[in-house]
Amino acid sequence: MEHWFTDIAQALVNWLMGLGLSAGWADFVLLIVQWLCIVMIVTINVIILIWLERKVSGFIQLRLGPNRLGPYGAFQTIADAIKLLTKEDIIPSRTDKWIFMTAPLFFIVVSVMLYAVIPMGDGMQVVDFNVGLLYFISIGSLSTICLLMAGWGSNNKWSMLGAMRAVAQMISYEIPLAISLLGVVMIAGSLRLSDIVVAQGNIWFVLLQPIAFITYFIAATAELNRGPFDMPEAEQELTAGAYTEYTGMRWALFFLAEYTNLVAVSALCATMFFGGWQGPGLPSWLWIIIKTYLIMLVFMWMKWTFPRIRMDHLMSFSWKILLPVSLANLVLTGFGLEFFKWMGWW
Amino acid sequence: MVLKQQADDDLEMMEKNGIIVTTLEKIWNWGRAHSFWPLSYGCNCCPIEMMAAGASRFDIARYGYEVFRASPRQADLLVVAGPITVKMAPAVQRIYEQMPSPKWVLAMGNCATSGGPFRDGYSVLPGADSLFKVDVFVPGCPPRPEALFHGLLELKQKVMGKK
Repeated sequence: MEHWFTDIAQALVNWLMGLGLSAGWADFVLLIVQWLCIVMIVTINVIILIWLERKVSGFIQLRLGPNRLGPYGAFQTIADAIKLLTKEDIIPSRTDKWIFMTAPLFFIVVSVMLYAVIPMGDGMQVVDFNVGLLYFISIGSLSTICLLMAGWGSNNKWSMLGAMRAVAQMISYEIPLAISLLGVVMIAGSLRLSDIVVAQGNIWFVLLQPIAFITYFIAATAELNRGPFDMPEAEQELTAGAYTEYTGMRWALFFLAEYTNLVAVSALCATMFFGGWQGPGLPSWLWIIIKTYLIMLVFMWMKWTFPRIRMDHLMSFSWKILLPVSLANLVLTGFGLEFFKWMGWW
Repeated sequence: MVLKQQADDDLEMMEKNGIIVTTLEKIWNWGRAHSFWPLSYGCNCCPIEMMAAGASRFDIARYGYEVFRASPRQADLLVVAGPITVKMAPAVQRIYEQMPSPKWVLAMGNCATSGGPFRDGYSVLPGADSLFKVDVFVPGCPPRPEALFHGLLELKQKVMGKK
């Protein structure tokens, strides 16, 4: 159970080298296979997640949620996907065509790129960077540009307003997000995600860094544009925000990318604060799936519980509360580390 | 009846083109019939019943039709709920044209089906069908959420080619 996937990868490399490929080329083919696996994981996760989101929202609002198609409405997302694939593809004549058409593509590519560094099990990581966390944060902030592209290219006032809100919100929440993660980096002493997981062998960092965890969780919700921070696509004010002009599959790509980001951010949360793939009994890849899904359920719980907050409150919350709190946490962590070293406890 | 004839003719034509086309069309129609995303649009009191249909007692989500989209670009179903005044008509027409095909229209309530009590008024259109083709009429003033569900399920049967 534990080494299924690593064994398969090793067998593939051995088989390719047996065919006469050099080690470099075999690794290259393995990289492509891993990339395809990531795309598969993303797609399957999104299909499950959209169904889960609708069920969870139903249960929270004392409804049943989809239950007519398949067991517990499990085929609902498939019907939606078929419908979205076969819808008419409208490109309004006044749009900036290239930017309008490429924005969803860039968005999904950027979201999938996040998975390169996430440790999905013991030794199951596509690229084990020594600056994996930095890579994750910088690639994650690229999605802001895609939203701005969508809003600007649509040439529509709602899209433009939604995109500007998205940029303002995502850039200001990027800072507390990164600073809150620095506390963990200070304790682990590395930006390499596999090292951070190993450093949590004795104690999860959520217990050592509770303030950082809460700051990260709130900032990540805003980064994902999820409720209660879903200002960029606030339906009652902005129709559908940056996505207003998108139809069918183009719009579905945005949706796909948002859920892909949700999985990535939750997986990073599990890696940074909840011991990553470490856990007793079950295989490592199952542990990270369990932890990621539990965190995503909390995200959904938040979304369907809290009302949307106002734009100015959102910005002042980021700059006046989250940023000072995360900076104070950083200073406190520094003092704590020095104190522990001075006492000889660590 | 004319529509059914047309649908049968279409099916026959597709069968001439080959069985694969027919099968794909069936899969597509299955998907479309099970995920009507209505536009959140309404005029008067019928939308209140539509909101009740989305809430816990009736729960439109059971059929998977709960995704009310605010942008017509992402909606499949225009629920015309309420009277269409002459002043409102161009806006409704425009919303209908902004929706991507395949799209459907459900006329909810007496006002949308026939003009209702305002039928003889100088400022109200006698029903939504004077603007565009309507797929399902749901009479009532206003119709209960169950009636709306019945209309939606009838529309589902129609899209799947069973009616």
